[in-house]
Order: sequence, then structure tokens, then C-alpha cells
Amino acid sequence: MKEILEGSHAVAEAVRLCKPDVISAYPITPQTHIVERLAEMVADGDLDSEYMCVESEFSALSACLGASAAGSRVYSATSSQGLLLMAEVCFNVAGMRQPIVMSIANRAISAPLSIWNDQQDSIALRDSGWIQMYAEDAQEVHDFHYIAYKVAEDHQILLPVFICFDGFILSHTYEPVDIPTQSEVDAFLPPYKPYNMLDAKNPLSMGMYATPDYYMEFRYEIDQAMQRSADLIKKVGKEFGEKFGRDYSGLVESYELKDAEVAIVAMGSICGTIKDAIDEMRAEGKKVGLLRIITYRPFPAEDVKSALAGIKKIGVFEKNLSIGARMKGAVGYEIKDAVDDQSAQVLSYVAGLGGRDITIADIKKMVQEIEAGRGDCFFGLRQELI
Amino acid sequence: MSLHIGCAAAPGQAQENKTGSWRVFKPVYDHEKCTSCGMCQLICPEGCVHETDKKYDPDYDFCKGCGLCAAECPATAISMIKEEK
Repeated sequence: MKEILEGSHAVAEAVRLCKPDVISAYPITPQTHIVERLAEMVADGDLDSEYMCVESEFSALSACLGASAAGSRVYSATSSQGLLLMAEVCFNVAGMRQPIVMSIANRAISAPLSIWNDQQDSIALRDSGWIQMYAEDAQEVHDFHYIAYKVAEDHQILLPVFICFDGFILSHTYEPVDIPTQSEVDAFLPPYKPYNMLDAKNPLSMGMYATPDYYMEFRYEIDQAMQRSADLIKKVGKEFGEKFGRDYSGLVESYELKDAEVAIVAMGSICGTIKDAIDEMRAEGKKVGLLRIITYRPFPAEDVKSALAGIKKIGVFEKNLSIGARMKGAVGYEIKDAVDDQSAQVLSYVAGLGGRDITIADIKKMVQEIEAGRGDCFFGLRQELI
Repeated sequence: MSLHIGCAAAPGQAQENKTGSWRVFKPVYDHEKCTSCGMCQLICPEGCVHETDKKYDPDYDFCKGCGLCAAECPATAISMIKEEK
């Protein structure tokens, strides 16, 4: 059934249909509406979950980790500083191979304090062992939750998932969202079967210490599971498409790339604006295309390489800053590495940090910069301020 | 020991981790000088000094060579010897 929903509520509706046994979260802008709505659902009896109120994000994810270890399907959501406060637990969740799904309403990082959107928070947790998916619109962020649980809980994977969507731009805007029925979701997402669990009758410790003789092999196993997840995300995304009519079998999305001379690479909601800009530029005769990275971890290097093959001018739009890195943004390096073509130019553009608006005109200007070969820089700085 | 996903283990598995390999100095007990007071067993932070018929000996599988037993022994019956590996 189609409903006009706020992005956060589209997330909450998906979570309700995934029937988590335990939810623990701490409210933070712009994630708040998700957990408020879930708390209402539990209070109204529309969702049979244990909703654990805690005093911080560190406790929220710690409670989730314990609940997951006890064999529950678990959900949380956060943003920005909240995610950073969870950072230590994030690494533990992945290391203990607990399939927790967490929505990240992407927000900038302090200081300076900013409640507005960029993707610095989830990018900062890049190496924590969580799968990272970036949604373009409310429907996608809704649908990704079903796919995320199914992938995470597969015994060949057993890794947690961030579902990233841009704070305010997606979390606080209203869009039509097609919501499946409970029976449709149940047919797609089976009940959670834990690989192992805490049980007083059969005692077990998780995340034990590993001496130098063992530690590296455990980290290797986590990386192997992450590599394996790429194929499973494609498979589950395809199955979702067959059942619900919206195909997510790609870890990347190509838009007008076939004959493109210039390619923009980006993640998240900005891709909608970029597609509109491309339509206008195409009408003006400019051969521009977009490669949207949907799954950032595992990084789909092969898919990026084949999608961008033959394109000599590539610009990576970055809503993050790797302070001190030559290219400025974190994503650009991986695109450059995946393209692996000395004759192709891959440049990075850090833009839209802390909620600065990116318009169609900005994107057209960025394409001019890509064509001129000027990049690896901030884009849209107010020169009068610096 | 094979790997278990998430480094999960049943209780008691830590015993398989022979921490004695961390040792640099090894306590050597002189049973002639020993008065069987039991101070070494009391003081050992690892709980790995064992007594049989009033005779005390460290368990070298787990002794990390901290030297507390040697420092506290009233009869100076314990000496720390550098261990060559």
C-alpha cells in the first residue's frame, strides 16, 4: 500500500514489519523521529518488541549487542555524535559477528556543532566491519531494511549493517512509499535463527581474547565474510525485486553512463539532484553520466571498474573529508583504485559539508571543473570567509 | 584450537592459552631452603603455585615470571633465572 510518509517514518514502518525482538536507541537529531515512532508503536501495541530506554548511545548499542548475543533480532538508529559514541561497540558487534541492523540518519560531526547533513559519521566508521548501504530516497531506505536483515542474518555472513540516509534531506521530507504487508515481509524475511547464542544451560562467551597467534585470523575471517556479502546482497536484492517489483541486485547504479564522456560518482540523496542536472546537461548536448555507489562496504570495486570503463574524466562528489588526505575525500581513492586506468582522470570534490545545499547549478559547475581537470579540492567554499 | 565465529568459546577455554610463554624470568624453587610456609602460593597473582605434601612448585604453563613469589619468600628459597628460549 502506498502512503505519503516522512522518511524517518518510512524507516520505522520497515522496522515494524521486520519484527525486531529488541530495540535500543538514544534520541539524536535527525534520527529522533525514527525511534519516537517506534516507541509509539510499542506503546500502542502495534509492535511486539522490547524497547530499552538507555542513557547514551554507548549503552544503546551495548544493550543491542547483549540482546543480539542472547539470540534476538535487534534494531537501533543513530546519527553523528551518537554513532561516534558507539564507535567502540561498533567494532565489537562486527567482531562478535552479531547481525544488528542500524539506520544512520547521516549528519555532520562536531566541532563546530552542526545538526545538518553530510556523511562524515558513517564514513568515519568505514573500517568497523559493518556493511554500509546508502539510500537515495525514502522508498529505498524503507526497502533496504528487509534486505539488510536477510543478508546480515545469513550464517555465511553474520555481519551488522548500517543503512545510511541523508539527515533532514531524507529523514524529514515526505515522499510516497510503497509498504508491503506483514505476510509479504514474512514470506521474504524468515524469523531470525541465531548462529549461536548466550544460554545459561549451555554457557558460552563471545568476543574472547585472541593472542597474537590467533587475532589476525579472526580479522581475516571478518573480512572474508564482508567479501562474501557482496554476492548475497545482489542475490537478496534480486529476490526482493522479484517479490516486490523494485530490483536492488546492483551494488552500484549507472545513470546515463553508456556513452558518457564525464562521469560523476556519488552516494545518497544528492544523486537525485545529479540525475536532474544530467538530464539538463544531456539536453544541452553534454555527455555526462552518474555512477551511484549504493553499497560502500563491501566496496564494489569490480562493478565500479566495469561501469566506468572507457570514461576518461571522472569526478567523485564527497560528503566527507579525510583531513590531511591529498584527494581530500575518502571515497575518491577507492574509485581511483577500482578504475585502475592511468589514462583516466579521477578527481575528488568535497562538497555539501554540514548541510550546505547543492544545487543543479553547482553540479553543472562541478562538471566544468572535471572537464578542466581541476579537482581534489573543496567545492563551493565561500572565498570571502577564508 | 580451531577458530569459532565471533571468537566464541565455552567456559574454561582460557586454560588452553598457556600464558607461561610470556615469561622472561623463571622462578626456581630450592626445596632445601623452603620452610613450607605457603607464602608463594598465597601471593601468586595467577594462582599457579601448587602444593603437594607441603612441597610448593610453580606451574610453568601459566607462570608469567612476575617474581612476586621470589620477592616475598621469607626463606629466600626462590630465585629468578633468565630463561633462554
